[in-house]
Amino acid sequence: MATLEAREHAHPAPEAHEHEHELGFFRKYIFSLDHKIIGLQYYFTSLFMALVGGTLAMLMRAQLGWPGREWPLLASLFPGGFQGGQMTPTFYYALVTMHGTIMIFFVLTTILSGGFGNFLIPLQIGARDMAFPFLNALSYWLFPPAIIVLLAAFFVEGGAPGGGWTVYPPLSALKEAAPGSGLGMTLWLIALFILILSFLFGGLNYITTILNLRARGMSMTRLPLTTWSLFITAVLMLLSFPVLMAAAVMLLFDRLGGTSFFVPAGLVVGGKLIPHAGGQPLLWQHLFWFLGHPEVYVLILPPMGMVSDILATHARKPIFGYRFMIGSMAAIGFLSFVVWGHHMFVSGMHPLLGTAFMATSLVIAVPSAVKTFNWLATLWRGKIRFTSAMLFAVGFVSLFVTGGLTGIFLGSPAVDIQLTDTYFVVAHFHFVMASAALFGVFGGTYHWFPKMFGRLMDERLGRLHFWLTFVGIYGTFFPMHYLGTAGMMRRIYSPDVYPHLQHLGGLNAVISVSAFVLGAAQLIFAYNLFWSMFRGKKADRNPWGANSLEWTVPSPPPHGNWGAEEPVVHRWAYDFSVPGAPQDFIPQTVPALPAAVPGDGGAHGASGSR
Amino acid sequence: MAETLLRQRPGNGAVGGAGRGPGGNGGGSGAGVAPVDAGRLGLWLLLAAVTMLFASFTSTLLMRRAAPDWTPIPLPGILWVNTAALLASSAALEWGRRRVRVGDVAGLRLGLLAASVLGAGFVAGQMVAWRQLAAMGVFLRTNPHSSFFYLLTGAHGLHLVVGVLVLLYVLARALLGRYSAQAYGGVGLAATYWHFMDGLWLYLFLLLFAI
Repeated sequence: MATLEAREHAHPAPEAHEHEHELGFFRKYIFSLDHKIIGLQYYFTSLFMALVGGTLAMLMRAQLGWPGREWPLLASLFPGGFQGGQMTPTFYYALVTMHGTIMIFFVLTTILSGGFGNFLIPLQIGARDMAFPFLNALSYWLFPPAIIVLLAAFFVEGGAPGGGWTVYPPLSALKEAAPGSGLGMTLWLIALFILILSFLFGGLNYITTILNLRARGMSMTRLPLTTWSLFITAVLMLLSFPVLMAAAVMLLFDRLGGTSFFVPAGLVVGGKLIPHAGGQPLLWQHLFWFLGHPEVYVLILPPMGMVSDILATHARKPIFGYRFMIGSMAAIGFLSFVVWGHHMFVSGMHPLLGTAFMATSLVIAVPSAVKTFNWLATLWRGKIRFTSAMLFAVGFVSLFVTGGLTGIFLGSPAVDIQLTDTYFVVAHFHFVMASAALFGVFGGTYHWFPKMFGRLMDERLGRLHFWLTFVGIYGTFFPMHYLGTAGMMRRIYSPDVYPHLQHLGGLNAVISVSAFVLGAAQLIFAYNLFWSMFRGKKADRNPWGANSLEWTVPSPPPHGNWGAEEPVVHRWAYDFSVPGAPQDFIPQTVPALPAAVPGDGGAHGASGSR
Repeated sequence: MAETLLRQRPGNGAVGGAGRGPGGNGGGSGAGVAPVDAGRLGLWLLLAAVTMLFASFTSTLLMRRAAPDWTPIPLPGILWVNTAALLASSAALEWGRRRVRVGDVAGLRLGLLAASVLGAGFVAGQMVAWRQLAAMGVFLRTNPHSSFFYLLTGAHGLHLVVGVLVLLYVLARALLGRYSAQAYGGVGLAATYWHFMDGLWLYLFLLLFAI
């Protein structure tokens, strides 16, 4: 229905937007159909969830750094989670599960695709809004209900689910299995169901917008890489999230309807034989990871695109290998659908199938390396400006390489079987997916903040934020490789329960201190963000000297983005440091000048800056 | 304006000229007129997501069916009637869509009305099928086949309820005279969705009882 509605508003006339300037506060900032407002709504809602998810991580580190210690203050804040001042195992497992769930689905997915995607896509392609503005608003407005349902899980009997963010059955399928497997688990599934609907509406909107609403002259091979990455991400979301939706529905049926899709026969829980029969827990794992692996690329592809644009802009050089950048993102997107089995090497798998999954997984190293070398080649002999955005973009490359290398270890079954479910895995994905994506978010924030609010963020605070975060992340996650090789399990409540892990106490305390520094550094970011929104230095429309279309409009852009005339695109977004040009950048809207010097004919654009 | 820009289109490599980068086709050409209507594109993307949803159910069913506790359930006879009603509904809708193309708005209204009634009849018939099975003692949890029967007919039924609502919305617009031989895009979108759901039912019917 919404599709039909929206269709008739797909090509609004420019003047149709004029009267909307007089909208009241409520229509303008709350129930807005403007992609920029919706993007910022997504952005700030996700930041709130990042605060929640980050707090959970801090609590986890408090327990792991000093197991068994009494925390009277925390105990008074979270009375349900502490007994005699000590954190209970049940609460710890709830923290693990909810931290993962929140950070992956409710922070990184939403802030990148929902926040940056909504804000940037129409601006970068030269459109006035998304193809379906109403559907876009609906997509955002499904997000807060999903949050409320999810967080309600903390307050119901039994508390939040504790089976890990992958919610494997039978632990997640049987109410009796664990305290968090009661109503909390049901709420988790319902929250995800709502959020998936939101992702699907968003995804089909982004794809349609990019394919249909590009400005004149904006061919697909002139799109900034940020938009390209968001496009491929949207395709992944659209094709992978329905699979989790199907799985969640079946798990709900198992929980509430007594079916046996995933619950095997003969289970005895709490001394009672479970009446379910014949289901296969392995089926859930297949369905979950068929979503789960594309999902990690949903988190890392948008940062890849954003970092490409930031590196090129702040190094004053064309992006190296533009077409290869698109091709490698498409290749990563495709491969992400055929590698899910590498999460299940220990689940009982035919060795031949395991080998096949190993092969497809390791092949991802090729497009990933293409991207890394292209980033480095873009930086090579550039006139680098170490702005906060640039620091985070370079930091992204560092984190991606560190995490990517351990990915090659884990892609091989022989190594993976040894390291499965240890802290080595925790270290791996926190580098390659979590921290790297977070650096994309930070880099993107420092880079596009002037466009969002018309003011610059404070650069000194930004650099301080960067260095504390960068050191904090390496200090937190790098030592986890050693914990993992020493055999510490990823979700263990306390390393003290096993003699062979007891010597790791010191290292765990160091990690916790690093994590607290890392967490505290984010307060600097929050302060900088909100202070700069109101007090930051005023920014003009193009503070970085960038080329893509969003920098040709005022900051912040008006409703409808463009004045009476929509932009016309004449070139790609990476004409930096062109010899003979009056400035070291040429925006995409600048028409071609008559050729004064014979050109280099470089089809990939990188040759001009020698 | 666009014409001049088009003529200025330079080759690659002009200094400060268009496209030291790739993909240049000059300003003013390329996008501007989208090759596919946005509504149609969005609809097909939605249907791609629906396809993935039912593909996931299918793969689970095929795996689950290999387990020893799979016991086939009887086929409720009314499913044949339901299937006929749904096919007739699609035919009526298609007939109406073709009528409006030649300017026969009354025909469109008739077709939409028939399609909506038959579609609603299908949904009601599916619920009768559930009651028939329940009367035979076959419930959601009885065995995996019955679980999948209720799951798949339920998921499909929800999509059809949405479809009937869309048909009623289009019918209301047709009664208000919003469609003509020149403008009937909404009818086309509704028809595509409806035919897709029709085909999906035939697939599910085969998957549940024939394959």
